[in-house]
Amino acid sequence: MTDSFALNPFVSIAADGTVTVTVNKSEMGQGVYTSLPMLVAEELGCALGAIRVEPAPVDPVYNHTIFPFQVTGGSTSVSSEWDRMRRAGADAREKLIAAAAAAWDVDRSGCRAEAGAVVHPAGERIGYGQLAQKAASMSVPADVPLKDPTAFTIVGMPTRRLDSPEKVDGRAVFGIDAVTPGALTSVIARPPVFGAKVKSFNAEKALAVPGVRDVVAAGSGVAVVAEAFWPANLGRRALEVEWDEGPLARLSTTTMREDYQSRARTPGVVARKAGDVEACFAKALKQVEAEYELPYLAHAPMEPLNCLVDLRDGECEIWTGTQFQTVDREAAARVAGVGAERVKIHTTFLGGGFGRRANPQSDFVVEAVQVAKAVGKPVKVIWTREDDIKGGYFRPMAYHRMRAALDSAGNLVAWRHTLVSQSIMKGSPFEALMMGDAIDETSVEGAKDLPYAIPNVLVDLHTTDVGVPVQWWRSVGHSHTAFAVETFMDEVAHEAGKDPYELRRALLESSPRHRGVLDLAAEKAGWGRPLSEGRGRGIAAHSSFGSFVATVAEASVGPDGKVRVHRVVCAIDCGMVVNPLTIEAQMEGAIVMGLSAALYGEITLKDGRVEQGNFTDYPILGIGEMPLVEVYIVSSKEAPSGVGEPGVPPVAPALSNAIFAATGKRIRSLPIRREELKKA
Amino acid sequence: MISIKVNGMEYQVETPRSTPLLWVLRDNLRLMGTKFGCGVARCGVCTVLVNGQAIRSCVTTVGSIVGKDVVTIEGLSPDGNHPVQRAWIEDDVPQCGYCHSGQIMAAAALLARIPRPTDADIDQAMAGNLCRCGTYQRIRRAIHRASETMEAKGGAQ
Repeated sequence: MTDSFALNPFVSIAADGTVTVTVNKSEMGQGVYTSLPMLVAEELGCALGAIRVEPAPVDPVYNHTIFPFQVTGGSTSVSSEWDRMRRAGADAREKLIAAAAAAWDVDRSGCRAEAGAVVHPAGERIGYGQLAQKAASMSVPADVPLKDPTAFTIVGMPTRRLDSPEKVDGRAVFGIDAVTPGALTSVIARPPVFGAKVKSFNAEKALAVPGVRDVVAAGSGVAVVAEAFWPANLGRRALEVEWDEGPLARLSTTTMREDYQSRARTPGVVARKAGDVEACFAKALKQVEAEYELPYLAHAPMEPLNCLVDLRDGECEIWTGTQFQTVDREAAARVAGVGAERVKIHTTFLGGGFGRRANPQSDFVVEAVQVAKAVGKPVKVIWTREDDIKGGYFRPMAYHRMRAALDSAGNLVAWRHTLVSQSIMKGSPFEALMMGDAIDETSVEGAKDLPYAIPNVLVDLHTTDVGVPVQWWRSVGHSHTAFAVETFMDEVAHEAGKDPYELRRALLESSPRHRGVLDLAAEKAGWGRPLSEGRGRGIAAHSSFGSFVATVAEASVGPDGKVRVHRVVCAIDCGMVVNPLTIEAQMEGAIVMGLSAALYGEITLKDGRVEQGNFTDYPILGIGEMPLVEVYIVSSKEAPSGVGEPGVPPVAPALSNAIFAATGKRIRSLPIRREELKKA
Repeated sequence: MISIKVNGMEYQVETPRSTPLLWVLRDNLRLMGTKFGCGVARCGVCTVLVNGQAIRSCVTTVGSIVGKDVVTIEGLSPDGNHPVQRAWIEDDVPQCGYCHSGQIMAAAALLARIPRPTDADIDQAMAGNLCRCGTYQRIRRAIHRASETMEAKGGAQ
């Protein structure tokens, strides 16, 4: 490739006119290798075809615009880079114009940039490639003017992904595909129980497997290191490890559930208090009560976790699909015993992330560095699917107790919501930011910020400390709070004899964007219109990550209790749109992930052991269960907000409400159990 | 030493006959387009063609494919222009992309067998190919598109 000249940290241009956009967000399917270059191209004045994407190295210049580290998460990629990437494009454009004006010896005000070239007042053109070297040395004011959104020609246009060509012919390099000369492959025998320690191990049989090179203690387990994956895997099967299982060997989700349930019936730490809820209950004409429970969930990205490490001569080079570069680099440096500046991370494509690849402890990076250090050779650690499903860092189990009071006119006058869950922020780099007043905001998000106009509200939280590693899972706390809130709203509507859409609508009068998506989804779904025999329609609306989503599901239940989801209509308001195709894709994906969780997703523990281990017992939706999905995007001039996660929360309640409409049976526990829906 | 034929090329590999084809492709031949997802034939990301049939390479021993033709995503078309690959780009199918080598191989095998598949045919043939990103609706659409292109060109390959 020809030399490329850096005009700023985000834009480099080669002599052949190729524009390299350095993207500081990890591409895990959410389309940032398309949407962020679109922002640059809009201001730079070049075709998307001229752009190639380069993953950013770890450097403070690539830190998140809000958090002091490099991270892809919280559905913030577009909102946090919306301004900065456009500025990077505009800065490069101004430098190219300045370089051309200098070459022509004309005033720059008469020159303009378009389609990869600077145009002289008289019409002559010089391509960006020819100007790049000179432009790299030009300085321009920091506050270069940005286009008015009404003049956008790229941003907002339906744009196909730039990374599809390499994803359809096998070229795309994911972490598991990374290679470096002389690298060995390792599979790790992991603790059968969270927190268990290796008491002793016998490597003899593992070392007897042809191709196995070494067996070393690493982190919480024992690593079998081999010439390739298969001997490493056979070696692990042959390895004998004796574990000190520790205190969590008695853990079971059945007893945890009982504990959570009894806590939910006692007052917790107050997260939101308005009016006097108890006084209302005392004089309410009617009370509604329900309890909801949701299980631990594994992220289960299609690409199991992996990390390639080359630690030699005081340098540590890492190839992995990570969402959390700065944190991983610092953790790797500590383990490697080198300065952070000696650690180089190559961010590959991520074969799905959903939060799992932003681990506050950098678990999958740290252990790979430990193995490489112990072996003294480059090593790629590959997790098997069983390692992934049993490995923890789950979406926390949650228990919700809900109460509502209705007055004599059927108005919803009081709302009490008590939650029981583990904190995911405790021990993470976000702890200080997210855990004021002993409340983990992510445990109550979606509950505390209840959008409905109800005069008396009390939301309280019990934070448990059970030792199961938990983490953000696509839509974080909203993934369970929305199920409780939006299913309960449906129950309240039913008890009050009101239409669930109309009741929400009435209570959202002062939340126009929330009401906007509710109306749009209801209209497009044909709310209120008759459905074919046996089908029911359910609605839910939820705001998360700055965006608003409403979802209407149509479902039926067979005599065997099997749920069929026929159609899902979804409306989203995420502010100004960068790429409508990405938004549609993310909504479709969120609906599938939400349905997988609602219908199948469940991690349980017995005797401290995770009972699931592969897609056989932790199933996800297949193509045969894919409903017809329709996505509608609200046109908006608001600042861009989240897209990757907000589609998930309303899915499960929309489905549970549809099942109620179809069968009269309430779903208060996920996943939905076929036996409970079976006709007697 | 085992002789195998992959993407029209003969290879000699030094590995036990019981090694899964997936790991021979990835670790011996460095054909990294075929992915590992579950190891138990339940997710389909390792799908390749053996004598034109879509199979799960994670549970297929290398010994069992001796004398047969293996085609991986790298060998599906000379320059990524198989109608299925083009349809995948056109319909903006991939998200993370990890499962799509397997999806595309399964779709190519389907279209070779049933040139004009119905949605039900698609659902049946693609049932074992999971996608955590949830691209199923687009997969159906893209398979129909590929089918139309292939028919316009005079039938399946």
